[in-house]
This record gives sequence, structure tokens and C-alpha cells, in this order.
Amino acid sequence: MSIRRNINLGKEEVFGGDTGLRWKNVLLLAFGQKKMFKRMTPAILHFFVYAGFIIINAEMLEIVLDGILGTHRLFSPFLGVVYPVLLGMFEILALTVLVSCVIFLIRRNVLKLKRLTTGELSGGWPKTDANLILVTEIVLMSLLLIMNACDYNLQQLHAEHYAQTGPFLISQYIAPLFSGLSESSLLAVERGAWWIHIIGILAFLNYLPYSKHLHIVLAFPNAYYASLEPAGEMHNMKDIQNEVLYAMEPDKAPTEVPADAAMPKFGAKDVMDLSWKSLLDAYACTECGRCTASCPANITGKKLSPRKIMMDTRDRLEEVGKNIDANKEFVDDNKSLLHDYISTEELRACTSCNACVEACPVSINPLNIILELRRNLYMEESNVPQEWMQMSNNIENNMAPWKMSPSDRDAWAHS
Amino acid sequence: MTVKTMAEYMAEGTEPEVLFWVGCAGSFDQRAQRITKAFVQILNKVGIQFAILGQEEGCTGDPARRSGNEFLFQMMAYNNIQVLNGYGIKKIVTACPHCFNTLKNEYPALGGEYEVIHHATFLQQLINDGRIVMKEGGTFKGKKITYHDSCYLGRANNIYEAPRAVLEAMDVELVEMKRCRTNGLCCGAGGAQMFKEEEQGTTRVNFERTQEAVATGASIIAANCPFCTTMLMDGVKNQEKEDSVQVLDIAEMIAQSI
Repeated sequence: MSIRRNINLGKEEVFGGDTGLRWKNVLLLAFGQKKMFKRMTPAILHFFVYAGFIIINAEMLEIVLDGILGTHRLFSPFLGVVYPVLLGMFEILALTVLVSCVIFLIRRNVLKLKRLTTGELSGGWPKTDANLILVTEIVLMSLLLIMNACDYNLQQLHAEHYAQTGPFLISQYIAPLFSGLSESSLLAVERGAWWIHIIGILAFLNYLPYSKHLHIVLAFPNAYYASLEPAGEMHNMKDIQNEVLYAMEPDKAPTEVPADAAMPKFGAKDVMDLSWKSLLDAYACTECGRCTASCPANITGKKLSPRKIMMDTRDRLEEVGKNIDANKEFVDDNKSLLHDYISTEELRACTSCNACVEACPVSINPLNIILELRRNLYMEESNVPQEWMQMSNNIENNMAPWKMSPSDRDAWAHS
Repeated sequence: MTVKTMAEYMAEGTEPEVLFWVGCAGSFDQRAQRITKAFVQILNKVGIQFAILGQEEGCTGDPARRSGNEFLFQMMAYNNIQVLNGYGIKKIVTACPHCFNTLKNEYPALGGEYEVIHHATFLQQLINDGRIVMKEGGTFKGKKITYHDSCYLGRANNIYEAPRAVLEAMDVELVEMKRCRTNGLCCGAGGAQMFKEEEQGTTRVNFERTQEAVATGASIIAANCPFCTTMLMDGVKNQEKEDSVQVLDIAEMIAQSI
């Protein structure tokens, strides 16, 4: 699949460490949604939708099997009295999903919560995508309930194939809406709802790769590959470490350098220069904006938004993917993630405080991308603010970021 | 104040218990020097044999690395590791969370492996071991104090409780800001921001943070980082609250309490 290929365009990164701890992260962060609960209201609503999604899948199994085998309510005879109870449970879930999605829509479109409506989410595809997902879920859940309501009416009419299961917990309340209909009309609505529901779900699954909703799948591998190192640690650059080592201790330098050795590239200019985990991060992002809402630069009105960093990375990666699809290999398009998508002004505003990393419920690390791009700016482009240049000069000459004499370093001890 | 360098211990043929990594701010910044001296005062009082590197110490390279200059970082790291390994250093304490993070998390990959402790943890251990005993009455007893989590001690290294335990040992009334611990708001200095002007925005990060700290009604904002201390002090000045709100490092508070 092209998403997998695109992610593999990233640089290799070794993910060692305790596998047990990695699975624990999958269990706590992905399955358990631990970090979601930092914000209670959306966490609870999201949990309803999540639980609904997982559990209603059991009912989906019956719906799909019915379709394939030409049966109706295949599981009903096997489960007997348990069947209506189970269906009642599914219906409660369907209702909670429906209500949660309505509240989500209200939060986005009526209450216009800042996190969900500003910056990169103020319009265009990201806004449409979010609303489309919610509306689809509402429609799917409504269809499920309508189907059951008509089913119950058909049972009353003793229609052929419609097993007597009795009224269902929730849909019995909308059943009267359809009670005036003839048997054939009821059949049409019930079958219609069944078909639209199943086609809708299959269509939705095909929509996932184009949508931020892909997080329902990628949150799991992303939690598994989440860094186990302290958040403050920056990735070491072995090439540069060796270069410094050979300069200081020439005897350690390899005597023969292979003639075809590629010139190392420092930091990241484009998506291919990032770790594949950063690219997985980009596809796992569901644009919730917890990162941006906790970013000190964003809070104080700077251009930087960690969410935009992730969305830009995905957009650029998609663009590169399409380029490869069209040309069989990547053909330079005179564009790059740096500058064409993410500006120096955004990158410069980062305080490396890790608030965005901490905030993300699905273990995305926007900071890695920011720091890799900054490395490129500094070492490849020498694109550095004057003050940082001065700081570097001071560190190099005076062993401190200020213009102080190194011989005064311990002056405090004598004063 | 007794301060000996590693070179002096070496000449005597003795070894200190711990190396105190002073850091650039602690060495050169006038405000941070007071934190350095306060910490030394505690070490002297408790009777800990410690050393500094003195003029052999250099910037860890943290701001260089985070601004994007990996070459300079690697050079600084190489030199520092040569000095540290040359002296056979095993244990380091530092009052700067940036130095702490770099020494602890980033030097091992370059051949510099030491036991590195931030002074918040170090002070907590001394209190727990009964080596630091507060004087009667307590300088800060019952005082309303809020604590600012530095990013490099907090989120970067998951140390939230040690500095709070140190404050509680002084019987202060600790009032938390809404954004604390894992949700703590940066002071604005990290990622080499200390050394350049902020980008265009609606306000400064340190103003935003200090406003939150002052709003708690605390008379002291306790910090654990020389850069946070500077940033928060500027924030307090901006609000013209210098007369009613102090910014103090936990080491300074302990030094005044023993």
C-alpha cells in the first residue's frame, strides 16, 4: 500500500529497548487511551465512540455474514434469549456514539472551540474531513437503529424471515415512526438501511487512508514505536561525532575512505530525511490540536503550531508519494518540507519544552521534526539568526554562550 | 566558602565525593552565581567533599545542539568528556537542568558515562538522610510559595516530586499553578531561546508564565533552573511586582533555612 511505501521513504531508525515496555505503551496509551483523560469531556465522549466502534464490530460480523449467506439475524437462533439483550447493548452503544458525535459536531461548529477551529483547522480539507467523519458516523448509527426499528415492525406483521426477537432496547422508541408503513415499504426501508449501512462502512474504510481518521489504526503501531528514552535526549549524529573524533585523534580515522562515499546530509530538509517514525507520526495524527494548545510559542501568539508541523509533513509526504507514483522514482520538484511547507519563523519559535510530545495521546513527536529541520537550517544552509551565531562564537571561543573570559569561570568562588 | 578544583584534589592525591558541575550560567551570570554560592554553602555546611572543574569546565553544548549546531555540540562534548574521564569522575551534581539533561542523557553515547544528579534530587536525598537539618522556626515556614517546573527537569527527565519534597521540608504552603508537572508551561528560555529575541507574537512566554505564577498569590516563585530564574524575574519586573514577589532557586531557599 502506498502509505506503507511512503513511511518507508524515511530514514531507518533502530527501535530497541524493552519490548515489554513497548507493549505496555500499546495497552495503556492506545487501547487504554491514557493520555486522552488529561481532558475529561472529550475523553469520555471519545471513549464512547471508541467502545462503540470496537463492540459494534461484533454486530457487523453478523450483518456481513447475513449478507454473504443470505440469512437474516444468523446468530439469533444460537443465542436465544441472550440475543435481544446483546442487541440492546449494541443499540445503547450506537446511541452513545450518535450522541457523542453530535456533541463533537457542536463543539466544532457551534461552540467553535479554539483548539478545533483555529490556525490550520480554520477551513479547507482539514475542517471538511473532521465534519465528514462525524456526519458519517451519525448516519451509520442512525441506519443501524432504523434497520432494527423496521425489523421489529416486520416482526409484528409476522413477515417471512423476520425472527421473533421482541422489541429492541432503543429502536423500539423509533419503531412507531414506521408502524404505518405497509410490509413491502417496511421491507424496502429495512433492506435499504442494511445496504446503505454496509456500503457506508466499506466506503468509510476506503476513505481512511485519505483522512486524519487513520489514527484508529496507526495509534497502535505508533504507541509501540514511541521513544523509551528520556524525552530530553536528542538523537546523536554519528557522522559528526566521528568527524570531531578524527579531527582530535587523527590516528583513529579510517585510513581509506571509500571513493563512492556519499556526502552526509545534516538534519532534514525534506520528508525523506526524517526518521520513518516521524512519517508514521504524520499519518497517525488526527489533528486534535492538544499539542498546539499546550505549545508555549503558540499560546503566546507565535506562528509555530506543532499540529501544523505534523499536517505539513503528511501533506508533503503525500505529494512526494504521488510524484513517485507518476515518475516511478522521486523526481526533484524544487520543493521541500523546509521552506515550502514549514517556515524558519515557525522553527525558530520552538523552546524544545516537550509540551507537544507530552500532550499527544497517540505518541507523536513533533519536536523531533522541528529539531531535525533546525539542524538542516544551521549546518546546510547556515541560515542562523545573528544572535545564535554570536552564541556559537562565544561557546567556541570562550566555552560559554556569553562573551566572558574563560579564565573568569571560577571567579565566583573567590569573590 | 571552601571550593576546591579537581586539579587541587589530584595534586593532594585525594578524591572528592562528587563533582559539582557549575555550568555557564552558574559561573558567569550574576543572578545564577548566587544560586551557585548558595549550593556551595549547603555542601560546605553538610560537610560534603566536592570539587569543581574550574577553568577546565566548558559549556556542555546544550544550546548549540538545540539551535542546530551539532558540530559545536560534539566539540564541546568531546572536550568535556576528555576532562571528566581524565579525572575518572563517577558522580556529578549540577544546579542546571540543561547541563543535567546533556550530561546524563547525551554524553553516554559519546563515551561519557557518569552518575548525574540534579541538585533538586541531591538536596532531597540530603534531607531524607538527615544531613540537612532546618533551623528552628523556619525561614519560609507557612509562606505561600508556588513551584515552577523546568521543562528539562520535568518533562525531559520526569522529575516532579523531588523539588516539591524539598519545598515541603521547609514547611511552606505550596500552591500549584494550573499548568504544573507534566502540563507545566515553559519559561521561554529552552532550545537556545535564552540567547535570542523571541519571534513575533502577542506576548512573551515568560510574561505568560509569570502572570500565572503571580496569580496564585504566592510571595515566592521557586525554581530549579538558572534560566527559568532569569526569565521569571524579568516577568515579575514586567508586572512591577518586584516588591511583593521573589524568584528563588530551591538551593537558595535551603541555604537560608539551615
